[in-house]
Amino acid sequence: MKVGIPVELTEGELRVGATPKTVKRLIKQGFEVTVQSGAGQHANISDANYADAGASIADSAAQLYADNDIILKVQAVTDSEIELMHKDQVTLSYLYPAQNPDLLQKLADKGINAIAMDAIPRISRAQKMDVLSSMANIAGYRSVIEGANYFGRFLNGQITAAGKVDPAKVLVIGAGVAGLAAIGTARSLGAIVRAFDTRLEVAEQIESMGAEFLSVEIEEDGSTDSGYSKVMSPAFIEAEMALFKEQAKEVDIIITTAQIPGREAPKLVLDYHVAAMKPGSVIVDLAASTGGNCVLTKNNEVYTTDNGVIIVGKLDQLPAQSSQLYGNNLCHLLDDMGKAENFKIDMEDDVVSRAMVTHDGKINWPPEPLPVSPQKPKSEAAVVEQPPQPSEAEIARQKGISMLIKLAVIGAFLYLLALVAPPDFMQHFTVFVLSVFIGWQVIWNVSHSLHTPLMAVTNAISGIIIIGGLLQTRDDMTNTMTILAFVAILVASINIVGGFLVTHRMLKMFRK
Amino acid sequence: MISSQIQTASYLFAGILFILSLGGLSSQESAKRGVLYGIIGMAIAILSTVLGEGVQGQIYIVIAIAIASVIGLLLARKVEMTSMPQLVAILHSFVGLAAVLVGFGSYLDPVTQAMTGTAHTIHLVEVFIGVFIGGITFTGSIIAWGKLEGKIRSKPLIYPGRHAVNIILVIVCVVLGVLFSSAAGVEGMMHLYIMTAISFFIGVMMVMAIGGADMPVVVSMLNSYSGWAAAAAGFMLGNDLLIITGALVGSSGAILSIIMCEAMNRSFLSVIFGGFGSAPTGEAMAVEGEVTAIVHDEVAELLKNAKSVVIVPGYGMAVAKAQFPVHEMVNRLKKEGKEVRFGIHPVAGRLPGHMNVLLAEANVPYDVVLEMDEINDDLPQTDVVLVIGANDIVNPGAQTDPNSPIYGMPVIEVWKATDVIVMKRSMATGYAGVQNPLFFKDNTNMLYGDAKASVDKINSYLD
Repeated sequence: MKVGIPVELTEGELRVGATPKTVKRLIKQGFEVTVQSGAGQHANISDANYADAGASIADSAAQLYADNDIILKVQAVTDSEIELMHKDQVTLSYLYPAQNPDLLQKLADKGINAIAMDAIPRISRAQKMDVLSSMANIAGYRSVIEGANYFGRFLNGQITAAGKVDPAKVLVIGAGVAGLAAIGTARSLGAIVRAFDTRLEVAEQIESMGAEFLSVEIEEDGSTDSGYSKVMSPAFIEAEMALFKEQAKEVDIIITTAQIPGREAPKLVLDYHVAAMKPGSVIVDLAASTGGNCVLTKNNEVYTTDNGVIIVGKLDQLPAQSSQLYGNNLCHLLDDMGKAENFKIDMEDDVVSRAMVTHDGKINWPPEPLPVSPQKPKSEAAVVEQPPQPSEAEIARQKGISMLIKLAVIGAFLYLLALVAPPDFMQHFTVFVLSVFIGWQVIWNVSHSLHTPLMAVTNAISGIIIIGGLLQTRDDMTNTMTILAFVAILVASINIVGGFLVTHRMLKMFRK
Repeated sequence: MISSQIQTASYLFAGILFILSLGGLSSQESAKRGVLYGIIGMAIAILSTVLGEGVQGQIYIVIAIAIASVIGLLLARKVEMTSMPQLVAILHSFVGLAAVLVGFGSYLDPVTQAMTGTAHTIHLVEVFIGVFIGGITFTGSIIAWGKLEGKIRSKPLIYPGRHAVNIILVIVCVVLGVLFSSAAGVEGMMHLYIMTAISFFIGVMMVMAIGGADMPVVVSMLNSYSGWAAAAAGFMLGNDLLIITGALVGSSGAILSIIMCEAMNRSFLSVIFGGFGSAPTGEAMAVEGEVTAIVHDEVAELLKNAKSVVIVPGYGMAVAKAQFPVHEMVNRLKKEGKEVRFGIHPVAGRLPGHMNVLLAEANVPYDVVLEMDEINDDLPQTDVVLVIGANDIVNPGAQTDPNSPIYGMPVIEVWKATDVIVMKRSMATGYAGVQNPLFFKDNTNMLYGDAKASVDKINSYLD
């Protein structure tokens, strides 16, 4: 199997479908790799680097497309590229199938088997091929770096000889992969980070990254089976907007990451929010390419509003890093599809069948939905499923009856015992039974970690049997009883001394 | 000399102190105080007995206690924390032996022989029962010690018809008891000898039939027996303090055994009567998948990248004495700001709470040492779980395979973490003799070798 990596034609696309490292991986998987001359120049990778990694260099796109079975790209192929392609060729790239029905039709007509990397289902098994996650991670990191760059102050708080510097406050809206990456980066630079998301389940993740989870006072969970959030109710949105208004007055940097696949980004930061922000504040809009979360965002532009707020609608892609991760994602997918030797398009496979948007001349979109991960059953459902329970009164009655029977048995037993036993015995027996009860009550509370010391101490205490020996010792050492008693005292004392000492030794070690 | 009223008052006071002592052991904060109460109670009990009316041979008493104190001191000083189960077991046998001796002594006591009628019969029954329980405790504890020490193979010794044999032996004992209690003077001595021999035999066979994994139950059960033996001695001597203390120890040991059994989802009876739970009805599920091995520097790398780490120790950590390097590793990881905690299964090790003691010995603070139930909820959010020398307590088969002998036993759900590293000497099965599907899971990596050496090596890569 031959794999080809062409030059990206799309304006502003700096990434490339493979780096020397991933080329090596591909070769290891058994593929022959050809790279079009100049493919990596934006990502600072020269043709020589690729050649060193074992790839051959093709001079022209035409030659590359003609010779290879699989094409690794970042952006969707353009019309001019489709011209160069042939039937049954496999392409891996971003395709945005929901927005690009025309493109799918063209690919299908040409008989190309196109895999949309952005349509890889987000299930655990496919995480290693999930380009949305790997790219979002980079975007999240970069958003903080860009934001800090345009923001004219330190992010961390400092107390210096020249005075005190307050830490910057960062608000992250949307805590997906990008949002969480942004939180982590901003935290590590020392900023105070707050984050908002409509999905209540991410609160814990937000807090685990060290940010404060902001919530509105309306209880509504935005989670869906797809892992993306749903559209919220008007009341919720109103409360959310009010929250953002409050926050906008306080925070220095807002990073928005809310995107819904196949749709325009939701408008979350409105003009009056921007107006409320302090001059010099920064908004980094990661959804700029799909319309922006902020109404004032201009795609691929950085500009300053009238009240001095800098809105960043364009991010550096960190092409070398992105290409590396993107390339790895592609390698993982090819690995999953059987490497070079057993390469196979398995339409039964959950991942391939959903990402393969055109196959055998047909459009295969939209795919069947696949839940992201087994969700916990919702609480209401759980209540319904429970088998009918006997009422509390009934349980109490049953317990009462069984208790009565037990007491009757015990009473009868005691009565019979009292008939035959001498008075002395009954007295001792009373003491015995009460002691058993006390022991029973006392021990249930013992914490698990203290079981060993408890056992050692009860062991020492059971050395009380020594009293038996003490009472039986006679002045006469030749008396068998004295000898027996002597040995009994001896072993029981070993027990007492050893038991207490060893318990003490153990307990000394426990510390907080 | 003190009057018998003062003596009774002292006994009552000692009894109260013993109750407070056991109660004090319920939390770390009050535990040391609990031991102090116990020591004071014991001192009061012994002094008030020796000073009581009619006690003779004080010189022998002092000699015996002096010798024993030296021995006890040496034992307690020298014992390694890893061999704590053995020590506890052998100490139990001492109580059993003492109970047997006291029983014989009481039988030989002229006071006993002077008794008549029902009082005499009841007394003899008390002697008989006291010696019986003492005998079982004595040999049972010795066998338990041998198994824990590795001197006796820990596999359960099960022969067909052993239940029948045991029942016959018990019936023989009952018959002997009837003959014994109706014999006048010391004529029943022979019966007592035979019964003692039988009880020794029962003690041996009972513990021989129990497998190594059930040792925590056995040790706490013997603990309970030693208490009942003391209580029986109290009855025969008419001594309330012995009765109180014996009953306290007896019931505490019984509760510990029950807690252990619940932790293994085993019925108490099935453990005591040997064998491993109820027999599985079919073939255990075949385990599918591949075992992935990992090397030390990769483990170190994983740990460096993790934010939260949970360590699940088992008997293997105790055997290798790896608790010290483990603590060092924990310190290094904590220094880098990682959350490191321990998850302890109730039956990890060979004694209830064994792991806690070992970790405490290595100075691991007890507030990062969590119980199974506390840690299980957090495991899905945990990055790396290190399983050190544990096997059955992390076996997912206990939840998924109804034919597994350990099906239904609560386990630590380590497989829910992102990565699991299992440190093990080899691919051998655990004490339960069950294959562990955990080792074959995708997110599980095996690190072979001695736990201590492995952890030391990981530590060297963590710098």
